[in-house]
Amino acid sequence: MADNNIGPKRLVVGAHYGLRDWLAQRVTAIIMAVYTLILLFKFLTAKEFSYEGWAGVFAAQWFRLATLVVLLSLFYHAWVGVRDIWMDYIKPVALRLFLQVATIVWLVGCAFWAVQILWRA
Amino acid sequence: MPEANRPQFRNIHVTEIARYRLPLAGFVSILHRISGLLMFVLLPFILYLLDNSLTSEDTFAYLKGFAQYPFVKLIILALSWAYLHHFCAGLRHLLMDVHVGLDKESAKNSALGVFAVSIPLAALVALKLFGVF
Repeated sequence: MADNNIGPKRLVVGAHYGLRDWLAQRVTAIIMAVYTLILLFKFLTAKEFSYEGWAGVFAAQWFRLATLVVLLSLFYHAWVGVRDIWMDYIKPVALRLFLQVATIVWLVGCAFWAVQILWRA
Repeated sequence: MPEANRPQFRNIHVTEIARYRLPLAGFVSILHRISGLLMFVLLPFILYLLDNSLTSEDTFAYLKGFAQYPFVKLIILALSWAYLHHFCAGLRHLLMDVHVGLDKESAKNSALGVFAVSIPLAALVALKLFGVF
């Protein structure tokens, strides 16, 4: 592998990241699952579904930060998953690299939008 | 056997999908992927909903009206199903990662369990969305 991984044969796309992304996908999944239960609990114990109640949940700084951490987890999780999809089905290297870069750009854009949403009020 | 005549077992081709019989766990797996991709593609829609729900009283009221369109309800239902399926199938994955339920019989049962939880919950969301209760 070391010998044919040089120059034009160098691997520019692929799943050679091994354990790190596999583990990251699991850790981010657990973070999101816990948050889902917290949000569901807040939602179901609310007396009525009004703007005050809903915005009130997101008014606390700790909840905004928690939400942002969960969204960043989601974006990393989505990156690993979507990259797997491109690797499985998209064979031409140029197209695959383009889609992977587009995915990253897209997710980073979503991350900044999420910050703006959470700290607008 | 000469090399040319050896049987080859490659990945299934798109043209073979229709007549390819997947085990139940296979359906959980491919739907895990499809639901994940669906949520990824609809990320801006989800952020749009969150944005309007939080920005002000006016945008919140607008969102309530927006969510009355049947097509919007269908998208929300699709997203709800995707989340439920992905959540349950993901829990199954995490359990298998710690070597719980790896044998053939338990894997089949847990696959059934994923559908048994996600589909009725998605049906409940559908009934709620379309105003049955």
